[in-house]
Amino acid sequence: MKRRTLLGATISAAVLGLTFGLTSAATAQQPPIKIGMSMAQTGGLAGGGKASQLGIEIWRDDVNARGGLLGRKVELVVYDDKSSASETPAIYSKLLDVDKVDILFAPYATVPTAPLMPLVKQRGMLLMGNFSFQVNSKVGHDMWFNNAPWGPADSWAASFLELGQKAGGKTIALLAADQEFAQNLALTARDVAKKMNMQIVFDQAYPPNTVEFSSILRALKAAKPDIVYVASYPPDSAGILRAVNEIGIGNNVKIFGGGMVGLQFGAVMENLGSLLNGVVNYNTWLPEPSMQNEGTKAFFETYTKRAIEAKVDPLGYYLAPFGYASGQMIEQAIKAVGSLDQKALAKYLRENEHKTIVGPIAFAADGERKESATLQAQFRGVVDKNMDQFRKPGTQVILFPAKMKSGDLISPFEAARK
Amino acid sequence: MFSFELLLDAVVLGVLLGCFYAAVSLGLSVAFGLLDVPHVAHPAFLVLASYAVYVLNEFYGIDPLLAGLLITPFLFVFGLAAYRLYYETFEKRGSDAGVRGIAFFFGIAFIIEVLIILQFGVDQRSVTATYIGKAWRIGDMRIPYRLVVAFAVATLLTTLLALYLSKTFMGRAIRAVAQDQEALRLMGANPIRIKQWAFGIATAVLGIAGALLIIVAPVDPTLDRAYIGRTFCVVVMAGLGSMTGTLVAAIILGVAESIVLTLFGASWAPAISFAMLLGVLAVRPQGLFGRRS
Repeated sequence: MKRRTLLGATISAAVLGLTFGLTSAATAQQPPIKIGMSMAQTGGLAGGGKASQLGIEIWRDDVNARGGLLGRKVELVVYDDKSSASETPAIYSKLLDVDKVDILFAPYATVPTAPLMPLVKQRGMLLMGNFSFQVNSKVGHDMWFNNAPWGPADSWAASFLELGQKAGGKTIALLAADQEFAQNLALTARDVAKKMNMQIVFDQAYPPNTVEFSSILRALKAAKPDIVYVASYPPDSAGILRAVNEIGIGNNVKIFGGGMVGLQFGAVMENLGSLLNGVVNYNTWLPEPSMQNEGTKAFFETYTKRAIEAKVDPLGYYLAPFGYASGQMIEQAIKAVGSLDQKALAKYLRENEHKTIVGPIAFAADGERKESATLQAQFRGVVDKNMDQFRKPGTQVILFPAKMKSGDLISPFEAARK
Repeated sequence: MFSFELLLDAVVLGVLLGCFYAAVSLGLSVAFGLLDVPHVAHPAFLVLASYAVYVLNEFYGIDPLLAGLLITPFLFVFGLAAYRLYYETFEKRGSDAGVRGIAFFFGIAFIIEVLIILQFGVDQRSVTATYIGKAWRIGDMRIPYRLVVAFAVATLLTTLLALYLSKTFMGRAIRAVAQDQEALRLMGANPIRIKQWAFGIATAVLGIAGALLIIVAPVDPTLDRAYIGRTFCVVVMAGLGSMTGTLVAAIILGVAESIVLTLFGASWAPAISFAMLLGVLAVRPQGLFGRRS
């Protein structure tokens, strides 16, 4: 009996051991969860695209350090879309059919994302959007979730014009680049102005590649507006602010800025320095006390170190934390659902509020934010050639939304510039 | 909204802007106008010079204009090498005709663009100097100092280049090679060496032009694309190879652009520039200051 028991115990132990060994080998050999995306690594959008990618990569490293998802490592499959809309449909077909990725993240920005929407909808895939503007409004994909804080389409212009109206503004000048995104902003600004009974006294679109803005600014100044709403791209934003400094804008202007792309990036802000003072502009994240959430500080400590070797925006406020937040939302959804089922993940994302380093995120039916969290902030006390000043609170005071407000508007614009 | 005050402002700013356009087009006027080299990489060379000026200003605190002068000899040598490469690979074999010569320079332009991106990233760069960001007040009018600097330097550069081409032996040789390369060869001169020298000069003037480019507005690696149309427009409108013509054509373009921007709306500005070019070519195919061939 004794021998038989010993034999039995030995066999049981061997079988158990084998089973355990096989199980752990199986866990170790389980394929990673693949998250596929294209990203602007070259071309006009590369500055933002690379910073956004770094944010997502930091999340991947963090989640893998915590043991991955569903017992599997997370792997990113990323291709360069050269900032071009014509590249992305082919890249996403490849991600789905050749790389067989499990989850899709959208590329950075509106133009490369727009042509993907029909494909993603047809294939029934969840798409985590990355700072595009109203790409789902006509497609109506019910598994689209935009990480950007934009919210309802008109909230961007409405928040700025309301600030201007509160400061006593009645007339508006609109200056917008003759390109899709800026024209969209100008269009909503016109609608909002109409609703608010404000008169538009100057409305111009300037062509891309405009070198010198002095002449345009002279004409704008002659129209004597109270509110100047500018929707511009990075090369122009610098030219416009320089011309404002040289030509002047008039004492009646209460508020200036609104939709200037470029003033969110460290290198541009450092270059412009004191020219930024007084400008009220949109932003997504700023180092004000009201913007600190769980994990925010740790994220920026890692980002600041890694941004140097990656040669990306040293501050990384605009996109990088939202790339990380995309990862956090997918992480929470996969953990809650317990699988990679696209419909179940989408249902979870749509019905719950998600805790992220950029604050709580909840989605409306169209996959955009339920409430706009797009900031309008005023530059104050900025000096020339100093990057570190932008890391401190108080350099960009948040005026909108009320939940995150860190100060009041200084008006008129000329007074705020001093 | 029309007022004479605004119009006067537009004209003054237009003249200054035009002088800046002349400065960035002069090199092309030599390379394309006199030498018939389809130098579409000219704006890329210009942006490269701007980045060199940026490095000298940012890290050594050298004034941008002085930095532009300092890099001039290096650009001259770079121009000599670029032409030699073009000559050996295309012109010598007679394969420079048509689009192939253009393809060579497009290739060079892309390589320069990518090298700048690799080294400096995609962000905009700008320089600092006492004359940037301030304006000269005359009554109600305010004129940015950076455009006044561009005006003064461009006028000086045009005069010097025009004098060089008309008064010096080498300058006259360059004009001779532009007129009849074969005749020069029969006289025992080597037209290729003269062309190489001229291409060196065309590239060397980009030192100062590149400095003006980054003084007037910040630069980024792909800025060259914005200047291809503009610089070719100025050179062709001027009449190929005329330096003073380049200055006058650039001023006409600058004034037209400025008036349209101020009084009629910014969207029309590029259309007006190119409509003027078409108009000039229709009436005077040789350009405003070109000789009849």
